[in-house]
Parts: sequence; C-alpha cells; structure tokens
Amino acid sequence: MRGLLLILLLLAAPLRAEEVVLGLSQDEVSISTNFDGSEIVIYGGIKREAPIPQDQPLQVIVTIAGPQEPITVRRKDRVAGIWVNTDAMDVSAAPSFYAIATSAPWGEVLNEADDLRHNVSIPRRIRSIGAWSQVANPQEFIDALVRICMDNGLYVLAEGAVDLRESTLFNTAIRMPANLTEGEYATRVFLTRGGKVVSKYETSIDVRKVGLERWLFNLSRQQPLVYGLLSLAIAIAAGWGASAAFRLLRSG
Amino acid sequence: MQIYLPIAEVSVNAFLLLGLGGMVGVLSGMFGVGGGFLMTPLLFFIGIPPAVAVATEANQIVASSFSGVLAHLRRKTVDLKMGTVLLVGGLIGAALGVGVFNYLKSLGQVDLLVKLCYVVFLGVIGSLMFVESLNAIRKTRAGVAPKRKKHNWIHGLPFKMRFRTSGLYISVIPPIIVGVLVGILAAIMGVGGGFIMVPAMIYLLGMPTKVVVGTSLFQIIFVTGFTTLLHATTNYTVDIVLAVLLLIGGVVGAQIGTVIGAKLKAEQLRILLAIMVLAVCGKLALDLLIQPSELFSIGSAGGH
Repeated sequence: MRGLLLILLLLAAPLRAEEVVLGLSQDEVSISTNFDGSEIVIYGGIKREAPIPQDQPLQVIVTIAGPQEPITVRRKDRVAGIWVNTDAMDVSAAPSFYAIATSAPWGEVLNEADDLRHNVSIPRRIRSIGAWSQVANPQEFIDALVRICMDNGLYVLAEGAVDLRESTLFNTAIRMPANLTEGEYATRVFLTRGGKVVSKYETSIDVRKVGLERWLFNLSRQQPLVYGLLSLAIAIAAGWGASAAFRLLRSG
Repeated sequence: MQIYLPIAEVSVNAFLLLGLGGMVGVLSGMFGVGGGFLMTPLLFFIGIPPAVAVATEANQIVASSFSGVLAHLRRKTVDLKMGTVLLVGGLIGAALGVGVFNYLKSLGQVDLLVKLCYVVFLGVIGSLMFVESLNAIRKTRAGVAPKRKKHNWIHGLPFKMRFRTSGLYISVIPPIIVGVLVGILAAIMGVGGGFIMVPAMIYLLGMPTKVVVGTSLFQIIFVTGFTTLLHATTNYTVDIVLAVLLLIGGVVGAQIGTVIGAKLKAEQLRILLAIMVLAVCGKLALDLLIQPSELFSIGSAGGH
C-alpha cells in the first residue's frame, strides 16, 4: 500500500511542477449554411513555480478529437473475375475527426508507454475489440482505415506544427475540414519531457449546427412526415415554377 | 460557393450541384428517364453519403419529372390512362421490391446485387435499343416505311382497354405486369425506373415514342414521391438543401430537354438514350472488373 502511494506521489509530483494555461481562438464552431471548415488557433503558456528543468527539452502535443463512432471497414477481393467486398471488420469506436500537432518529430515527443496510457497516437484512438474473431489480420484493416481518413484530411498528424518559444509559450493552428459531424470535440494538450507526459490539460470545442441548418435537422428528426411532405411540396412547386417561367419566356 | 448540407453533413460547391442537376434535368426532359441512374453515382463521387444520395435523388426526380410532365401535358403527349395503369402496377411492384431488398440485405452482398442488376439491365436494354434504332434509321434512309401495329400474342389477352392518346387497344395485363416488374427493380436499384420503363413501353407495349416520354415521367412522379416519403420517415436521409440545389438545376434542365427532345426524330432520341445507357453500363462493369486502387472502404456500421 505504501509502495503504491509512493508511486502515485511520484506520478503526481511532476504534474504540478509545470502546468498549461490554454487559450483557444474559439471554443465553439457554428455550422451555418456557408460553413467551409474552420481553423482553430490553440495557444498557451506554461506556468511553473520552479526554474525550467534543463535536463531534457520540453515538448508540446495538441490533439483535437471528434465524437467516437462505430465504423465498418470492408476489403474487396476478386471472386469469379469481379471485385467484391469479401471481408468486413467492425471497429467499435473510431473518432470522426482526429488531429495531432506536435512540437518535434513523433519519436522525440512521446514514448510507447505514455502513448498507451493517454491514447494519443492515431492508432490508439481506434478501438477494435473482437476484431480477431472477424478477420485474420485486423491490423491491415486498421491501417487502411487510418490511411483513408488521412487521405481525406479527417486524421492529421502534423509533426513540428506546434511553435514552442523559450519552453514557455506555444501556439499552433488546427484546420477542421468542412465535413464535420456535430458534437463535443475533446481538445487535449500534453507537455512531455524525454517522451514522458509531465502535464496534461483538457478542454472541449463545441461543434453545433446553427440557424437554418439546426432547424432543418431538428425537423427531419422530430417530424419526419412534415419534413418529407415539405420536401415534396418544394419539389412540386419548383417543377411547376420552372414550367410556368419557361412558358412565359417563350410566349413573351 | 460552399454550402453545408444539414443531413449529409458535408460541405459541397453549390454551383457544382446546380450544374449536375441541370445536366441530368436535360436528359430527363429529353428521354423521360428520371436520371437517378446517372445522378446517384455522381453524388457518391462528390462525397455525399450513399444513403443520403439515394433518398435525396428521389426527391429531386419528383421536381424534374413534374416540370417535364407539365411541358408534355401542354403538348398533349401524356397518356394519363396508360400512366395510371402502369402506376397501379408500379406501386404494387415497389412494395414487393422493398420486401425483396430487405430479404437480400439480411443475406448480405446487396450492394453487389444492385450493381450486377444495373450492369445486366443497362447492358441488355442499351444494346437492344441501339441495334433496333440503328436499323430503324437505316430503313428510313433507304425509304422503307416503318412497320407499325404488329399483331402478336399480347393482343389476344382479355380485359382490353382503349388508350386513345397512344392509339392502342390492348389488354391491361401487359401494362400492369410491366409496372410491377419496373416497380420491383426500381425499389431494389433505388431509381425511378424510367430507363427500364421507356424501352418496355416502346418495345413491349408498342406505344409511340413521343407519348412514352411524358407517360413515363407521369408515373415516375408518384413512384419517387412515395419513395421520398418512405426515406424521410424511416431513414431520415432526405437532405432538403441538397434536393433544392439539385432541383433548381433539374427543373430548368428538364424544360430545355423537352424542347431538344421535340426537335429530334424518334429514332435519334432512342439511339442517344441507348448510347447513354450503354456508357453507364460500361462504367459500372469496368468498376467491377478492374482492380480498384484502394481495396478497402469505410462505411458507417450497419449501413451499406
């Protein structure tokens, strides 16, 4: 018991030595009709009571994660000459968006053990419980998921994108794409020394539809029949309107 | 100009959607096809989730078909009686088709079946029409009067009805069967079914090409309207903003298409439709045969 307490104290002690004071350019993202992605500037300082430890350089990792959702990854294979989805793996939870910005190359900012503890790197955010029972090599499917999301700009690993000055002030900008889903985007800042996390700060960015977008979305969920009839009415009105306009154009 | 779609949850270029809607609308007005078989793959391509694309496309087809039908009604090229008979069959078929679709979904591989359906039907219909209209054009050039009103077994069936606009006196059984079959296919393939309905009316029922287009549009309005409501209330996948952008382009295009269609000869109209159907078929067949550059794909869990 005393040994456990000691370990806890040792773990807790460095966390208090250096603390993050964080600022965000915006703590909510409003999705309006003309929403075209958003760039969030994350800046902050490091508060300390003691002089800056000189043994190892301080590094900063900033992450923004969208809501976790279940995803199915499918693989095509050739069957009787045509390409067909043959294998599928259900990923129980993967972030809809995940961006990491670091102040140095990945290998220098975080070690395996602390990555495992804090779930920082992209593969760590993907939960695939029971994957082994579905396909022979789940790693291949997870790699494909990461690759496709990175190609689409949904997963970002920006090494060296955090600008750190005098081991005290840092800032970075994270670009959020246009195809965002609604929800709480967990924002985390880690301070590391020699690959070990020495301090951690968490907050969240609220991504919400507003105005017309909000109204239409709510209507479609709460009164689907009204929404459906509204869609049809618009379609019929537009069809009639165009027809009438063309008749006027030709006769006039 | 980027527009964020509230249901699809993606941001797309508004002018791109207007253009796509317009292009498909022209085809719709010219050939009497809803254009779903062209538009749905195009929407997938620009990143709209498949479920939203299929449902919203149905809504857009309602608009362009309605616009097209009004133009045809003025020209008196809609056989309302025949359209109603086909519609009765179509709605029965759609209900059956939804059942078949859900059964296949429970077996898995429904995507593949839909694609194979497309390739087979588009391929067969496209080639038949192409050959037939080519022959018709050759005959007209050679100065041989085209043979009309062939009598075959279809004319021996009971429950005869007079379809004045089409100039037909045939049994209601073939139109109902055509309606049911098209309805089933439409529900499985997620389209209005115009590209199957139009050739079926020309070749199976012997209706004049000019009447076929308006009549096909007439029944498509109801089938796709029904589908829109079904999707909106069960899957919540109709995106009204996407639909509005597509249908603004679509209704204008449909009016232009009707004008172009009226200027072309029936054989030319048929051969153009055949070429288009074959092109889509070829594209889908290539997708199945050529090794894709990315073997993996991502889908939301449970969806297709």
